[in-house]
This record gives sequence, structure tokens and C-alpha cells, in this order.
Amino acid sequence: MGDLTLDVALRFPAFSLAVAQVFPGKGIAALFGPSGCGKSTLLRIIAGLERGAAGRVTHGDMVWQGPGVFVPPHRRGVGYVFQDARLFPHLTALDNLRYADRRARGVQAGYGFDDVVDMLDLAPLFDRRAGQLSGGERQRVAIGRTLLARPRWLLMDEPLAALDTRRKGEILPYIARLPAAFGVPVIYVTHALEEVTQVCDRIVALAGGRVVATGGVAEVLERLDLADVQGRFEAGTVLEGRIGAQDAGLHLTRVDLRGGGAIEVPQIGLATGQAVRLRVRARDVSLALARPSGLSIRNMLDATVLRIDPEQASAFAEVLLDLGGQHLRARVTRAAVADLALVPGQPVVALVKAVSFDRQALPRG
Amino acid sequence: MMALPDLGPLWLTAQLAGVTTLVLLVVGTPVAWWLAQTRSRLKPAVEAVTALPLVLPPTVLGFYLLVFLNPSAPLGGLWLSATGSTLTFSFTGLVVASAIYSLPFMVQPLQAAFEVVGRAPLEAAASLRAGPWDAFFTVATPMALRGYLTAVVLTFAHTVGEFGVVLMVGGNIPGRTKVVSIQIYEAVETIDYATAHGLAAILLVFSFVVLLGVYTVNRRFPVHVG
Repeated sequence: MGDLTLDVALRFPAFSLAVAQVFPGKGIAALFGPSGCGKSTLLRIIAGLERGAAGRVTHGDMVWQGPGVFVPPHRRGVGYVFQDARLFPHLTALDNLRYADRRARGVQAGYGFDDVVDMLDLAPLFDRRAGQLSGGERQRVAIGRTLLARPRWLLMDEPLAALDTRRKGEILPYIARLPAAFGVPVIYVTHALEEVTQVCDRIVALAGGRVVATGGVAEVLERLDLADVQGRFEAGTVLEGRIGAQDAGLHLTRVDLRGGGAIEVPQIGLATGQAVRLRVRARDVSLALARPSGLSIRNMLDATVLRIDPEQASAFAEVLLDLGGQHLRARVTRAAVADLALVPGQPVVALVKAVSFDRQALPRG
Repeated sequence: MMALPDLGPLWLTAQLAGVTTLVLLVVGTPVAWWLAQTRSRLKPAVEAVTALPLVLPPTVLGFYLLVFLNPSAPLGGLWLSATGSTLTFSFTGLVVASAIYSLPFMVQPLQAAFEVVGRAPLEAAASLRAGPWDAFFTVATPMALRGYLTAVVLTFAHTVGEFGVVLMVGGNIPGRTKVVSIQIYEAVETIDYATAHGLAAILLVFSFVVLLGVYTVNRRFPVHVG
């Protein structure tokens, strides 16, 4: 599998985009940022749907776009799952799938028609047309159709944006399994942080047509300068761990964190030992110098202050904590920082509200 | 007793309308496709030219065609030396004239249908490894099927109903250029009202049945979009 290397620029009257970035040819990379930051435009450039873009696009040693070269979209082998599914309305779901399958004959891929149908559970939908499918079913068929074109890359443009929370929860597990099951690298466009933490391995964060941060999910999310991309209240970090013990009576699950420490979350129906990710928002973390008693908060974690970033013209500061190798962010008032005399290197106790954990944390392979 | 009128012109009319419709399918489709897709500044000019036959009196159109197609004009002369027959006062000339006269009836419904299809399904097809021709025939054409039905029926019916252009370019040669509308005109001129009644009734019923068919099909088989 080849890496995707971009060095592209595109100018519109009210907006310009300039991105130089390498996407490794494996796993799921999130292309993350607020609406209108150029995420979809960048996907369209990769797919060859924006002819006005200048620069270079290469896949492995294949040049898709460069000086005097422009490989048209149908010869790139880039699969594109659109926000609005774009199933062909004159064909049934089955014929939509066959449309892609027929055109991919002779393309080497380690899976067949039935593998895709089984994995996405598409057989019950075969006879229906696009108009007779629900939004979630349409997206499942669209994902299956794109996979059957045996793409070298799978680009997904906010595929869940039109769905309600429950339907999102149904489809996310399928998406998380795509790279492992079909050997295809995925670029996943979204502005929803929970989708990033649940399915993605890496983040490329965009703002105003420029890349503002890139790296592993946990690493990027803990970086304080990203707060403006995420929005103040969504800023947070991701903790990795494994399911420890279950308490069925109290409906609690203990998660043993990588690097030590444990936290309790409302019960997650996963097997003991299963790896999970938990998202902790900075505003849900408080700090104490010693373990307090008589508190309703049960999750108290020993941590060390790494860095303190006061916010400009604000009552708040963000404190980056080390937690046995993992990082946690706390959003506290600047007055509290002064009162507690917090300095880097200082041991503290991080108080985390149990309710702030992501219940939908998915198994990671 | 009403004598059965000479049905030769009726048959010739059907042939003319059929051939004209086929020619316009081939010529009109790329024009309509271009108009639906282009962002060129030439688009309004091309649209105006294709719509001209809607507003020009048929005699004006017929006059210009006569000027350009007659054997002493460059185009008419070229045709004569290439095929050995003239474009004026021939069936081929009638097809050329009818195709120009009925052009908007083919192009406009097709352009509207292609515009409804839009770029989105074609981008989806390209991402599934379908080339432009493949996507045109397997996605755009089936999605624009109702536009094709409307365009074909309107073009055929409009060609059946033409009179002025045919009279100017084709004359009135039995078996070659004498179509049914001219036959009716001739019958009225010679006060042969029985023939005129018969033929007029056939055209009336034909036109009604065709339109009824189109509207019924459109109702019963709504095109699945969305």
C-alpha cells in the first residue's frame, strides 16, 4: 500500500486552501475541523473532482496530479462515500452494488462480493431502491458499493452527518473495522469529535484551509493550541485502557488505564480485557493537592502537572497533566492556579466526574 | 360514400418524422449535454440559436434553407456533386429542414432533464471507476429517461405538424415531398372537403393519442429520483 502525498493549493474568491501532507497508507485518518475549513474540498482534490487545484498528488510512486499530469477520477481508484450517499435512483440496492463490482473486475483485492455484503449486512436491502431505504441503510449500501469498486483509498465525507445519534452508533463499528477487514486505508472527514475518538487512528486538523495539527488522536487532542478548532467546551483528551472489573449491581465498569490508575464508568457491555478509549473533556476535570474526602466524585487520579496555559482575556487556564505516560487536561480558573500555587512538576490529584466518559467507546483492534 | 383518401402522404409524413427524430436524437443529445454542463460564456448565445426555430415564421426558415441548400449555393452544390441529387425538393432536404425546425423540441427537454440529473451522480459513477462515456450511458441517460420520452414525442409530433418549411424547401412532389399537411391544404384548395376531413381527423386523433400516452406513462411510472 502506498502513502498519499499532497502538496496542493486552491483559490476561491472568498477562501483559499493550501495543504502539504502525507497520509500513511493504512488505518483511518481523521480530517477534522469546523464547517467550511476546506475538508471536503481537500477530499475532492484527492479524488480528482476539483480540476482547478494546483500542485501535486501522488499515491506511492503513481503521480495522480502534477505538472502536465492529471489522472481523471475514474482512473485513480479512489472510493468516495458522499455525505448524501448518492445511490443511483434508477437501480435497486443490489444493482448499485453490482455497478461497482462489475467495473472492478481485474482489480486485485483480497475480498469478494459476498464478503462486503455479509460484513455490512446488505442482503435484506437488495430489492429496494434508494427512495425506499432509510438514511442509515442508504449509507451502508453506499459504503458497500464503494468497497466493491476495490478502491486504493476510501474517502468518507461526513458519512454520518445526516443521521441521528442512534443510527450513527449503528454504523460507526462497521467503519472502524474497514481497514482491518478490507485492507483499505481510510480518510474520514468529520467535525464531530466523538466520531474521531471512536474510529480514527490519526488526526489531520484543518482550520481556514491550512493544516493546524497532525498526529495520533490522543496526542493531537491534548494539544492546547487546538482548543480553537475543537471549540472551548469540547476540548479534552483521550485515555486508553482495558476493561477491568464489572459491577452488575451498581452498573459500573472499572477501566484499568494504560500506565497505571483506574477509573469507573457507567457500565460498558464489553468483555474483560477488551481495549477501550475514553474521552475526558477538560471542563470535567478538577484539581486538588491531596485526596479530598466527602465528595461525590469517585474518580481521583494521581497525576503530575506538565504545563499551565492561561487563556488570554479569560478567567480560565488549561493545565496539562501526566498520568503514567498518558495525558489529561484540566480547565480550571486562573485564580485556582494561583491559590493552589500550581507549577510544572508538582504532584496533584485529578478529579474526574464519572458521567463525562464516552459510553460508546468502541473496541479497538 | 366517402372515398378513402390517398394514404401515401401519410406514410411519407411518418417516415419523415421518424427519420428526423432519429437524426435529432444523435445531434440534439450532445448539444443538450453541453448546455447542461457548461460554464462557458457562449452558453446564452448557443441557447438563443437553438431556440430560434420556436419564434421564426416557418417561411423565414424555409426561405433561408432554400437559399443555402439550392444547388447553386456552396452547401447545396457540394451535396449535389457528392451524391448526384439535390437537397432542395428531395426527401433528404426535407429531413435537414425538419431537423432544424424541430431542434428546440429535442434540445430543451433533454437539457432540462440533464440539469436535473446534475453532476453529483456522475461524480459518484467516476469514483466507482466508470469513465465519462460509461457514466453517460449507464447513469445520466437512464436518469434522464423521462426527458428523452418527452423530447422524442414532441419532436415526432411537431415534425408531423409542419407545413410552411416543407412547402418552401420540398415543394409538393407526390411520393417524395408531399406530406400530409400539404395534402390537406391541397384538398381544401380544390374543395375536396371529404379528403380534408378524413386526413384532418386522422391527425387530430393521432396527436391526441400520442399526448394521452405520454401523460399516462408519466403518471404511472414516476421516475425514481432522490
